[in-house]
Amino acid sequence: MLHRLKGKLGWKLATGCLALGMGVSQTSTAAEELRIGFVAPMTGGFAQVGKDMSNGFQMYLDEVGSNFAGAKVKFIVEDDEAKPPVGVRKAEKLVLQDKVQMLVGGLLASTGYALAPVSTRLKTVYIASIPSADDLTQRQSAEYPYVIRTGWTSSQPSHPFGEWACEQGYKRIVTIGADFAFGYEVVGGFQRAFESCGGKVIQKIWPPLGTQDFGPYIPTIKKDADAIFTLMAGPMSLQFPKQLADAGNKKPVIGGGTSYDEFVLPSMGDEVIGHVSVLQYSAALDTPKNAAFVKKYREKYGKVPSYYSESNYTTAQMIHEVLKKTKGKWPGTQKFIEMLSAIKLDAARGPVHLDEMKNPVQNVYIKKVEKKKMFGYEKEELWNTVIKTYPNVSQFWKYGKTEFLKQPVYSRDYPPCKYCE
Amino acid sequence: MNHRGKILTVTVALLGLAVLAPFASAYLILLITQALILGILAMSLDILLGFTGLPSLGQAAYLGMGAYLTAILATHYDFGLGWSFWVVVMLGILIGAATAALFGLFAIRATGVYFLMITLALGMCVWGLAYRWNSMTGGDNGINLPARPEFGIQLADGVTYFYVVFGFFVVSLVMLYILVKSPFGRSLVGIRERELRMRVLGYNTWLHKYIAFVIAGGFGGLAGVLWAHLSGNVSPQVVILATSVDALLMVVLGGPGTLVGGAIGAGVVVSLRDYLSTVVPWWQYVLGGVYVLTILYLPGGLMGIPERIRRRRARSRSPEETKKLQSASH
Repeated sequence: MLHRLKGKLGWKLATGCLALGMGVSQTSTAAEELRIGFVAPMTGGFAQVGKDMSNGFQMYLDEVGSNFAGAKVKFIVEDDEAKPPVGVRKAEKLVLQDKVQMLVGGLLASTGYALAPVSTRLKTVYIASIPSADDLTQRQSAEYPYVIRTGWTSSQPSHPFGEWACEQGYKRIVTIGADFAFGYEVVGGFQRAFESCGGKVIQKIWPPLGTQDFGPYIPTIKKDADAIFTLMAGPMSLQFPKQLADAGNKKPVIGGGTSYDEFVLPSMGDEVIGHVSVLQYSAALDTPKNAAFVKKYREKYGKVPSYYSESNYTTAQMIHEVLKKTKGKWPGTQKFIEMLSAIKLDAARGPVHLDEMKNPVQNVYIKKVEKKKMFGYEKEELWNTVIKTYPNVSQFWKYGKTEFLKQPVYSRDYPPCKYCE
Repeated sequence: MNHRGKILTVTVALLGLAVLAPFASAYLILLITQALILGILAMSLDILLGFTGLPSLGQAAYLGMGAYLTAILATHYDFGLGWSFWVVVMLGILIGAATAALFGLFAIRATGVYFLMITLALGMCVWGLAYRWNSMTGGDNGINLPARPEFGIQLADGVTYFYVVFGFFVVSLVMLYILVKSPFGRSLVGIRERELRMRVLGYNTWLHKYIAFVIAGGFGGLAGVLWAHLSGNVSPQVVILATSVDALLMVVLGGPGTLVGGAIGAGVVVSLRDYLSTVVPWWQYVLGGVYVLTILYLPGGLMGIPERIRRRRARSRSPEETKKLQSASH
């Protein structure tokens, strides 16, 4: 990548001003070229996650030789620095200058949320492979007809997890979640499902995003709780369980997917063994398809794939499936969205298809962190062992679409904390 | 270059931009539009930094107030999407000015580093408000605006919007130019050079600084309104410290106390950040290098280059000739 770019730089700088002035676009519009614009953080604090994302997509392209049923795929990655305004600018560049047929990616929910109107304005498909802001495919879905989600909604895995928590006999739970929209949605979904089967959330703690010292928060956790529900993001995920263990916690710890996903798991210590989390993917999912995926990915990039990689790998696969049907021809934006929405795929994460609001219906896995050997690897490592599968979970869970959409989006104050003391 | 020559150069450059822009690619037009908006912000900051000597680190707050006002009116009240766009522009300027009027009460009493810290803290207050007031601002997710306003002309069109922003930019430039050339502007420069002396001469320096602060806030608010419609999304990322620092660096890069310098700085930063970053992954080093070199070798910014060349030439001449040259240029 770097090499290619460096080569380009020579003439680019030389003709830079001229090209700028004339508005030269370097893209040729050959009929069988499929141009995919990929937006992900490549610099800054989230750069490694961004790498996981693009690696997943790239691995699929390499598998098929960048050939989608005759269409040559041009994969253009742009760095959004994990900042929504930068993401918007880069998406505009990809569409206006590189003339991509679709945008893929974005990492943060807020970036996904910012890219959605760009897709509407520029009439370009946007595939949200990671951003999980609920309303993109819920209450505001009508405003963004060009948005398709191949990842998940933040609250989607939380609903079955609430039910699971009831089954464990937990009655009173304290939640501690990162203080931003993604956190509200994950915690909110869990609270709603948990309370509708008889549980009580007795305390909600919101440390700011990027908190490094949980010292002030841990002692405030109510002593009479049955379990702790955590939702961390980024380096917070590593710090919290460590400090919780140091504080002598004996309560069961359960959490949202990003608290224990494969991106953070290899850096974690043994204190997380036994913690239970929930997501639509686990690298330890014991199916032949996933085993092959994990081995191949690990051989290529030297690490276990996270859901960031899997989701983008699967997204590439879904796009390929559409082009197989059109024999490599670009079907046009509208038609592409229709065809992609109709794809049913047996992916590494399990069977996936999209609901009528263009969000995946997929398995949700309850996973327990265990130290063991997996897939024939020699070393004992931490894996997210799947202990229960909820098949074909929709973003509306059991509530039904119309009923679900009547309630406001999950936020810091919704659902209200009825049982907080 | 004499005074009239400078005005002529700027006029020709602006005319050239207006004539040539439609021939540029859609993405380039977008970048130019962005540079013009940030140029307004940088010029507003230049009133403080360059002319009054107040290094404000909170200019993003006014941009944010304007941008959030636009977004909230458009999404919660469906207001500002037709002719009422002009009302929103006025309201944006007012809210920027009003915020500055409030902040100024705290900030103006301080000078130097303390002024820097207070404006920084006040700027963070606005960020906190944007991040926390979920029901109004959408918190971390921000607010997505509907399509750009339409009133006979469609601002959704990139070129049309460019011309609207261009118009605002020119008007801002002219107004700020008149301001700094007015007796009021002169007294601001006096305060920058020696506040005590101005006070002894009978000027109410606090009031002068306060008024400059409010005016700068107003133009910041204007930039915010335009920014909201350019981006289509307003999130707390707009109000973060980095935006304020950027504005400050744009002014320093272009040349403080020159007005157009801020706009030139905005152009350089935007082209490095949004164009170069699509070409090479190490664009940040280039941007950093440009900043360091400017501060080390060009204290007057890019606008100081002609002056430096002239001085170097003058130095190579004999002293008598230099004297002649100086008297001739006056």
